[in-house]
Amino acid sequence: MDVNNPYSENQQGPFRVIGTRPVRPDDTLKVTGQAIYGVDVQLPDMLYGAVLRSPHAHARILSIDTRQALALEGVRAVITAADLPDMSEKIAEMGDSQRYQNDNILARDKVLYYGHAVAAVSAASAHIATEALGLIQVVYEVLPPVLEVQQAMAEGAPVLHAGLRTDEEGMKGESPTNIASHMQTLHGDPAKGFAQAAVIVEREFHTSAVHQGYLEPQNATALYAANGQITIWCSTQGSFSARDSVAEILQIPAARIRVIPQEVGGGFGGKNRVYLEPLAALLSQKSGHKPVKMVMHHHEVLAATGPAAASWIRVKMGAGRDGRITAATASIAFAAGAFPGSTVGVAMGTILGHYRIENLQIDGYDVVTNTPWSSSYRALGATNAAFASESVVDELCEKLGMDPIEFRLINGVREGDPRSNGRPYARIGFLETLEAARAHPHYTSPLTGSHQGRGVAAGYWGNAGGRSTASASINSDGSVSLVTGSIDLSGTRMTLAMQLAETLGITVEDVKATVADTDSIGFADGSWGSRTTFSTGWAVYELGQNLIRLLSQRAAEHWQVPAAQVSFTGGIFTVGDQKLGFKELAARLNEHIPVMASAAVNPDGVGPAFAVHLVDVEVDPETGGVKILRYTAVQDAGKAVHPAYVEGQMQGGTTQGIGWALNEEYIYDEAGRMLNASYLDYRIPTCSDLPAIDTVIVEVPNPGHPYGVRGVGEMSIVPPPAALANAIHAATGLRLPRLPMSPARILEAYEAEEINEI
Amino acid sequence: MPSKVQVHAQINGNPVEFACEPRQSLLEVLRDELGLTGTKVACESGNCGACTVILDGLPVNSCLVLAVEIEGKAVTTIEGIAPADGLHILQQKFLEHTALQCGICTPGFIVSAKALLDRYPDPSEQQVRYWLAGNLCRCTGYDKIVRAVLDAAACLRSPG
Repeated sequence: MDVNNPYSENQQGPFRVIGTRPVRPDDTLKVTGQAIYGVDVQLPDMLYGAVLRSPHAHARILSIDTRQALALEGVRAVITAADLPDMSEKIAEMGDSQRYQNDNILARDKVLYYGHAVAAVSAASAHIATEALGLIQVVYEVLPPVLEVQQAMAEGAPVLHAGLRTDEEGMKGESPTNIASHMQTLHGDPAKGFAQAAVIVEREFHTSAVHQGYLEPQNATALYAANGQITIWCSTQGSFSARDSVAEILQIPAARIRVIPQEVGGGFGGKNRVYLEPLAALLSQKSGHKPVKMVMHHHEVLAATGPAAASWIRVKMGAGRDGRITAATASIAFAAGAFPGSTVGVAMGTILGHYRIENLQIDGYDVVTNTPWSSSYRALGATNAAFASESVVDELCEKLGMDPIEFRLINGVREGDPRSNGRPYARIGFLETLEAARAHPHYTSPLTGSHQGRGVAAGYWGNAGGRSTASASINSDGSVSLVTGSIDLSGTRMTLAMQLAETLGITVEDVKATVADTDSIGFADGSWGSRTTFSTGWAVYELGQNLIRLLSQRAAEHWQVPAAQVSFTGGIFTVGDQKLGFKELAARLNEHIPVMASAAVNPDGVGPAFAVHLVDVEVDPETGGVKILRYTAVQDAGKAVHPAYVEGQMQGGTTQGIGWALNEEYIYDEAGRMLNASYLDYRIPTCSDLPAIDTVIVEVPNPGHPYGVRGVGEMSIVPPPAALANAIHAATGLRLPRLPMSPARILEAYEAEEINEI
Repeated sequence: MPSKVQVHAQINGNPVEFACEPRQSLLEVLRDELGLTGTKVACESGNCGACTVILDGLPVNSCLVLAVEIEGKAVTTIEGIAPADGLHILQQKFLEHTALQCGICTPGFIVSAKALLDRYPDPSEQQVRYWLAGNLCRCTGYDKIVRAVLDAAACLRSPG
């Protein structure tokens, strides 16, 4: 047994279920259109709600007159922030982030972004609800907006929150500001390290906000019954956190709220937070306790729900002739949007987290701007960070005349290296991933056309653990019903069923996995952080062990055999001199007293992921268009429970990264109104933009999981913008420091270069 | 309150009669009046294809069709794709190739792909990609969707 890996035997296999590709039963309802998503929910005697949103990016609300709207035939109720519980006494205990959550749901004194919710109505039809919005009269005092992070940090910028002071490592600044916090990590002596460098590269980068771009809009249907019990049907990534948010916002005990999660039409982090749930519940209460359904229109989703933060990043790196990085500094400013709380801290941890650097200083700034309150989007800012750092690494390699994968092999982190929290890395797979990329035929295949180039970029993502529970009961035929509270965004019902089937030695067809509501299963953190197959997988594994122990004990009692003579291996129970399969034994014991078991976990041992992406592009110097000729994504998954799902995660994240790199951005006019809040003008990649995306799954098992699992979902969105920037450089000689690298920007870069050469 | 219009049409091979307001889209009527929620609502502006149905043989975005416009016409939705028993080969191939993750775009893709294969039984990969460019997917990166459609086309060309 490997002392550093208590599960090394477990992880060797051979596996019967893990690593296979069974078809997910729920998928049948999805291909027939019969699966019910949040947008599909219909209840008897249902009303429809709609939200009035601010036309201004920054303004004081002077008055709201709802009388005309209430008088419209078919309208049942109208609410504003005045209808939310008065929290003024609780502000001190509430904490800033709760106050921001409340103000984001319905603006109180100020509107802070175009699209900020101001009021909501319920009516007999969605059309009447929309008409009613037009009858609500709001008087605003318009204020100058500040839309970009660099401007928001500058002296004299309009201030969003009069009471905001910069938090500098716990100390509060003195003057009004938009810089909510400044954080710093410092190791060694960067100045000394740079003095030792043979080559130094220092660059500045800007990225636009980008939206998660899920197709299904935010939605919630709520019934606030006359007895005070609230039921909410919604598409969410976390039913328990949604419940707790609604409880906080409406000041109602969580036990009175039941969230029944529906199928989700895409989340990617954008459905971690509540927007409509508390509004629908409050409207239901005020509409004679009828259920109220609310579905955002797509332009509301783009204009008003939280995107990934825009950012301004400066990176400086120095390396010796031997390719070893001697020092690095980074300054990262994230546009948090209307309220503090961007993911800049995550960007700080990931920007250079995959390299061994003794002399390192990273500064992070969380800055408010008059744009929607930023939210989580797949890997939470690591993409912004990698765009900057991996572009600089590429330039360093060019100056050193060193192969980009060789450089990363020299500097890449490996087992035993210290992490940013001081603890050493357990077994990780960055070097193996680099080797796999270098060995791939793509890496050495020739490029034969003009204006073609190849780019390489690497990335690191820590993944998350978190709290999960699982419960199982035996059916009368001995099969197992598995229940968790982990929302299934893309196939985790199957990866959990597979882990239980593996643990119990039964087939995956004999495990039926469902996702239960908040009254029917123990707490689970949301499906985010690429945690479900890992953390809830741990709960399922523990559950399996508990079930085996229980059945062994009950078998001993039932057949009057000493406990020492009962054992279980490979799906077979040995009970004295009898051998019984799992299903047979379970079914028999279940007849007497029903068999059920549960497990609850919050596991350590999260295994980080690493990825290396290769991309070939062809740039059209007349249009600035970038055509992707070939894309290969290589990633360490630890152990791919269902390889087709891992491939799908890699291809999907890569595609979002491609959109982030080449097309997607928020376009505002000077007044701060979003001009491109539609899928026509907020252009995400289509089928015809892309070639096939080749995937290589590397498996360096995570010692912190019984089957070696590492989270896979988020990693693949991290490298693409840098990989594409490096490929465009190889194709054209141009370095693009601003995302997206749209045709217009590439043409500008060509023109700037021509001017320079003249 | 606007008064309603009676509409007579054929949906998935069945004669249908319904009353709707002139301002209601076909998408809205299918989902909210006729209980056919398989056709999905996403962008409601003709840019994503999640609401694709086949109207008199042509794939259309039902969010851009007024319900009153289908008077006397035939509509096929995702609910009408599968045969009486089992699944259409496209649906089977989507399952086999894991060509869906969240699945919200899947009905639109399957209806669009059916319209493609009804017209062009032997499309190239590029033809498949260009035909389906009006259907957005944010989860899959399209790779497995395209493979599933090409595989379905091959199976339809050589059954058994």
